[in-house]
Amino acid sequence: MGAFSFRYFPVLFVLWTAGTISRGAEVDFERDIRPILAEKCTLCHGPDETKAGLRLTGIDHATKVLESGLRGIVPGEPEASEVMHRVRASDPEEIMPPPDKGEPLTEEESAKLEGWIASGAVWPKHWAYAGLSSPPVPSLAGNPVDAFVLDRLGKEGIEPSPDADDITLIRRFFYDLAGLPPTLEQLATYRTAIGTNREVGLTKLADDLLEGSAFGERWGRHWLDRARYADSDGFEKDNHRPDAWRYRDWVIDAINADMPFDQFTIEQFAGDLLENATPDQVLATAFHRQTLTNTEGGVDKEQWRVAAVMDRVETMGAVWMGLTLTCARCHTHKYDEITHAEYYQLFSYLNNGDETSAKVRESDEAWARYEDTLAAHTEAGKTLEATLAAARSELNDRLGEWEARLAGWLAEATAVVEPVLEPITVEGFGAPKGVQFSLEKDRSVLVGGTNVPTATYTITAKLPAGKISGLRLEVLPDASLPENGPGRAQHGNFVLNRMELSVKGYPRNPIILGDAAADYAQEGWAVSGLLDDNTRAGKDGTGWAVGGGIGKAHHADIGFAEPIEITTPTEFSLQLIQNYGEQHSIGRFRLSAMMTPTSLVVPGPVRLALASPADQRTPDMRTTIQRHVERLDAKTWPLLAQQTAHAARRPLAPEMDVRVIAERRSDRRKTHIFKRGEFKELLDEVQPATLSVLPPIRHRGEQGDRLDLARWLVGGENPLPPRVIANDVWAQLFGTGLVPTPDDFGVRGDRPSHPELLEWLAGELVSNGWSRKSLIRTIVLSKTYRQASDHRPELLDRDPKNILLARQNRFRVEAEIIRDLSLAASGLLSSKVGGPSVFPPIPAGVADVNYNSAFKWNLSEGEDRYRRGLYTYFKRTAPHPGLITFDCPDSNVTTLQRARSNTPLAALITLNSESFVETAQALARRVLAEKSLADDTARIEHAFRLCLSREPEPAERERLASLLEDSRAWYRDRAAEAAELAGEKLPAGLSANEAAAWTSTVRVLLNLDEFLTRG
Amino acid sequence: MNPSLIHRTRREFLTTSASGLGGIALGSMLSDDGVLNAASVADPSAFLEATGHGEAKAKACIFIFMEGAPSQLDLFTPKPKLNELHGQSLPKSILDKARFAFIQPETATLMGSPRTWKKHGQSGMEFSDLLPHLGTCADDLLMVRSLHSEEFNHHPGQLLMQCGVSRFGMPSMGSWINYGLGSASRNLPGYVVLNAGRGGSGGSTLWTSGFLSTKYAGVSFRNQGEPVLNLKNPKGLSPEMQRAGLDALRDLNQARYQEVHDPEIASRIASYELANRMQTAAPELVDLSGESKATLDMYGVDRPEPPGDDFRGTLPGLRTYDTFARNCLLARRMVERGVRFINIIHASWDQHSELDKNLAYNAGAVDQPIAALIKDLKQRGLLDSTMVVWGSEFGRTPLGENRPGRNSNTGRDHHPNAFTMLMAGGGLKGGHIYGATDEIGWFSTENPVHINDLQATILHQFGLDHLKLTYRFQGRDFRLTDVGGKVVHDWIA
Repeated sequence: MGAFSFRYFPVLFVLWTAGTISRGAEVDFERDIRPILAEKCTLCHGPDETKAGLRLTGIDHATKVLESGLRGIVPGEPEASEVMHRVRASDPEEIMPPPDKGEPLTEEESAKLEGWIASGAVWPKHWAYAGLSSPPVPSLAGNPVDAFVLDRLGKEGIEPSPDADDITLIRRFFYDLAGLPPTLEQLATYRTAIGTNREVGLTKLADDLLEGSAFGERWGRHWLDRARYADSDGFEKDNHRPDAWRYRDWVIDAINADMPFDQFTIEQFAGDLLENATPDQVLATAFHRQTLTNTEGGVDKEQWRVAAVMDRVETMGAVWMGLTLTCARCHTHKYDEITHAEYYQLFSYLNNGDETSAKVRESDEAWARYEDTLAAHTEAGKTLEATLAAARSELNDRLGEWEARLAGWLAEATAVVEPVLEPITVEGFGAPKGVQFSLEKDRSVLVGGTNVPTATYTITAKLPAGKISGLRLEVLPDASLPENGPGRAQHGNFVLNRMELSVKGYPRNPIILGDAAADYAQEGWAVSGLLDDNTRAGKDGTGWAVGGGIGKAHHADIGFAEPIEITTPTEFSLQLIQNYGEQHSIGRFRLSAMMTPTSLVVPGPVRLALASPADQRTPDMRTTIQRHVERLDAKTWPLLAQQTAHAARRPLAPEMDVRVIAERRSDRRKTHIFKRGEFKELLDEVQPATLSVLPPIRHRGEQGDRLDLARWLVGGENPLPPRVIANDVWAQLFGTGLVPTPDDFGVRGDRPSHPELLEWLAGELVSNGWSRKSLIRTIVLSKTYRQASDHRPELLDRDPKNILLARQNRFRVEAEIIRDLSLAASGLLSSKVGGPSVFPPIPAGVADVNYNSAFKWNLSEGEDRYRRGLYTYFKRTAPHPGLITFDCPDSNVTTLQRARSNTPLAALITLNSESFVETAQALARRVLAEKSLADDTARIEHAFRLCLSREPEPAERERLASLLEDSRAWYRDRAAEAAELAGEKLPAGLSANEAAAWTSTVRVLLNLDEFLTRG
Repeated sequence: MNPSLIHRTRREFLTTSASGLGGIALGSMLSDDGVLNAASVADPSAFLEATGHGEAKAKACIFIFMEGAPSQLDLFTPKPKLNELHGQSLPKSILDKARFAFIQPETATLMGSPRTWKKHGQSGMEFSDLLPHLGTCADDLLMVRSLHSEEFNHHPGQLLMQCGVSRFGMPSMGSWINYGLGSASRNLPGYVVLNAGRGGSGGSTLWTSGFLSTKYAGVSFRNQGEPVLNLKNPKGLSPEMQRAGLDALRDLNQARYQEVHDPEIASRIASYELANRMQTAAPELVDLSGESKATLDMYGVDRPEPPGDDFRGTLPGLRTYDTFARNCLLARRMVERGVRFINIIHASWDQHSELDKNLAYNAGAVDQPIAALIKDLKQRGLLDSTMVVWGSEFGRTPLGENRPGRNSNTGRDHHPNAFTMLMAGGGLKGGHIYGATDEIGWFSTENPVHINDLQATILHQFGLDHLKLTYRFQGRDFRLTDVGGKVVHDWIA
């Protein structure tokens, strides 16, 4: 091949400017004039500023009589048009643009401007802003799509391509609507159906695929590109988002259910503002929470809140309207009529959406399972309750005995002033990792080492022999502790939430505590707090603390609800639970056993109740006594324990917190224009309003809100969303949109190749109730879609980009689908839909190249190793190479069109990466396990069918057979290499040599262009 | 090759370019896939001339990115007045205008530098005692003391430095240059990223190709194991069996091409062939066994880590000193093999506390290897055509950092107002100091340079006009320098 010499370049330039689809030599406003006005004029003569009264944004404005009495543009009369005089003036006072504002027009530009004015200054309204029209359908064929396309082809004198062959067609439907290859059974079924009655068969194929769950996965992923969905926060810390997948599943479900696109829009945009919003509608607003979150140290929160709102505004502009609003952050859009103020008017709709979280069900299936188990649990609870009620009524008869016993204990205690204490020497101490302790000479334990935020100390020691009525816990100051202690928190405090005591060999553990008393307690942190079950963190918890008494010794006496009588010293284990946080744990303490009775054996409220004469007790008092006795009585306490255990087994509701948006109700933010987009530089305040070039919005209340904005988008009057969405659907099915720039429907974007067809599709979308599936169905059943995709050399010069659609397009499938195809062909693919994101194999070191060392790629096991590509965990700063190398977007901003690159790094993935080697191994085994296959030829044909759905041509079969022979020869004497390539756990009867030879052969199939390309 | 295929490919190129006339880019047409003659890619001067760009002085750039913001006040710009005012508050005039990440401005005080200084070379360029080796390159270095950024947090600041805009989704500088000029290597990617230390906080967003094709994205070479992901054949598959498989793949794909005439198939065949060549070329590239002992020693390959641990510029178990030295040597080897843009990243220099200890560690890691790289390029005659850039997303404050809960100031906060970068080669002036700051180093007092200006100048040295190297995306002609950028002609030799 010869060198592509550079001397051709000047010639090529001429070709470029002429354009591919020539529109003749006349001046074209969009191509020739608008750029001049935008670059040279409208900064001073535009929507923001109309110097000298001249505004060059439309013919009405431009032809007005100016302050000077002249007219800027007089159609047909360049000589009378002041604009022409000014751009050609030589006097620096006269010339436009003024020398300090910009370069003068080139002679070519002035000539174009002149030509345009001379030819009548036709200033068309930009097509995309005009209202939807209903073009008449050319009546050539049954499907209107074909009518438009064939009509155009007919005018050009080009024959359309014939239908693709049946196999290609079936594969095309599968690739496009499911992202999977047909199984051999599916292939056979649909071939028969199509063979029997072509239209009926294809319709059935389309309908089956549209109803399959894979459809939502395939088309959900298209939407997730737009939603900039990922599993992590982005930015420096890039923290894990454990709830992100729940929104992804919402999208899959909504698309599978064919939720009308207007509802799909409204729920994601403002589901929380709907009347009686369901949890799913609130969940949908997680769309807005796919923005990045910057948790880097020292960030200005307002700056990043504003950045997120801007991203929401711009995502809306791009996804629903195909408009780039970003420019208008800082200044009025040069080309499209989007002013600086209008940007912030749109911003104001979103400015009061606060980031919050909502509880939603993990999935409907999980919820159904939960309801079943909950019902069973409730039933069992009722049985237990009935048994307990019987035991209680029986206990009622014996209540008198118990009262006497309690009274006896109290009577003993009254004589005691200060209890006799028996020292306890701590023998064992357990605490979180890094916490150290030392036993001091005074038997106290001094805690040091790592100062952990929360701690549970587990102390083992022996209780002395005798009748023990309780424990005394002394907390002591020490110079080593902050502020001398006794706690380890920054100010010397601690919070003891709960004590749990178990005595070896005792029939009931943990020991029931009666009451507690302390020499001192901080207000709000009484010592009785450690008797209840509440061990929550921070101020939600209850427990004993000594704030206000820092640096001094204190003690708490904890009475047992029944004295413990032991004859020999007995081991016990005591847990001190300290969950407050911020290092609120005890720094130094000492334990003693109380050897004399104390009134703490009976809880305070019970003591009070007992003090009243029996006949004067209130019902509450009687209940108090009863409840206490139940805890002690040998017949009732086991039932109570059972009840507690049963309650602990209550199934957890499968709910999760998901980040969503909620409207701010009070202290609402005002929105100002930001000077040059700087969030601290406020210009005028603005009110919610939309773009003046588009139909007006209707507000439900005084002030517009997000819901109004969402309804404005999809209310049917706004012409952009139906056009943009119809174009998107088309682009997914043809590889490129009717508007080839799906992200730019503005004046700088490409115009539609088939304007009437786009209008018709957009209108059809609205009139069919915004049904995505219905629009897809219409398109895939058209002859246009069904055409063969073979390139047509005879059209190479006339229509190299296939704009006229005289054939289908071939294109490489997306990153996720490459993985899915390979897994499916090999038989490894899991069919599980939804759930948390998964971690398939990834090259070592990739996921670790990130700043957040806490993140680990925990390889998924079982079927989760083989899930579809869209379930792969997406970490924004270290995305999986198998995704990103094949142009999966990085999820940092919305993406409307994926690139389709073709790089050596991508080739290395399908050739060498772990996942693809595994699929090659599995495909080889799958073929070899097929016992009905008689010989190598049959096996090769089978492998070929599994991957490409068709029979190989003889030459293809022979080429693979020769590779197989070479492979066999190579592995014959290389057992070690064969074992490595064949992989682990070979099925019985399969030799490693044979498995390796086949693996090295079938991997070629998984790399074929035909396999990776939707034909 | 089939002649109609060539015709078709050229045709494809023409029509693709028509929709983005601003984006005249050599690399995009010579799609690195071997379809076109690689020799013409290596010498793009004719193209540059034809498209109104300038003359190319630089053929390659090694951008040494010190992630996290090194302290210019302790490395390059002695401020005796700052030492004098140590412990005093910042003048109110500055305080009112300033913004801080962690500093409590009411009680913050200025922090002098404990460093000692020496003048080097004919220009008397000053370096602190932490950079003795770089000092010996002073006559080849351009020191810019007046860089400024408007971004205040790391990741946005890094995006601005690498991609010209602090928003996501924009191509990085290396992508733009490869998009403009194509790769000059038949066997290696045109844009390579080398990491040492703990890994940058911006991750792959700093070498993304944004809206440009993925083929212009930086390829991250790894320090351990295979240099490029998936470069090694599957276990048990020999190079000859890989070749046999690729031959079969090529034959089957070619047969398919004859059926459907899609030029993309030719492109796919080519990318598999390049992948296969890279399988040989990349290991050869990272194999340093052919380098002399003198060269290895000059760079500091196999140097031990300094004693101590818990440095912010590394992680336990990493041999960051050795890795950084190797990366510098690899960069030279890549330049020799036609790689156009090499990004050497070291993280982190974010010394909010324990600055003295951590800065000494980092300076020790990078000083010798970078000096060796500059000298090595020079002695091989490559420095004139290779631009070496040393810098970060911003600098550090003259104020000490008095974060609540800290007893003393031992670090500095983020400082985008004025910071220092170094450059060498690629047609830039050596032994030249540009820009100056006030007596405590808060603001630039002379020749302030925005990051977009730096980028415009780098492109200029590659012969690329930053205003003309554009790509139409979402209706706008984007460029590396966003809406700014002025070539700093004073830097050019």
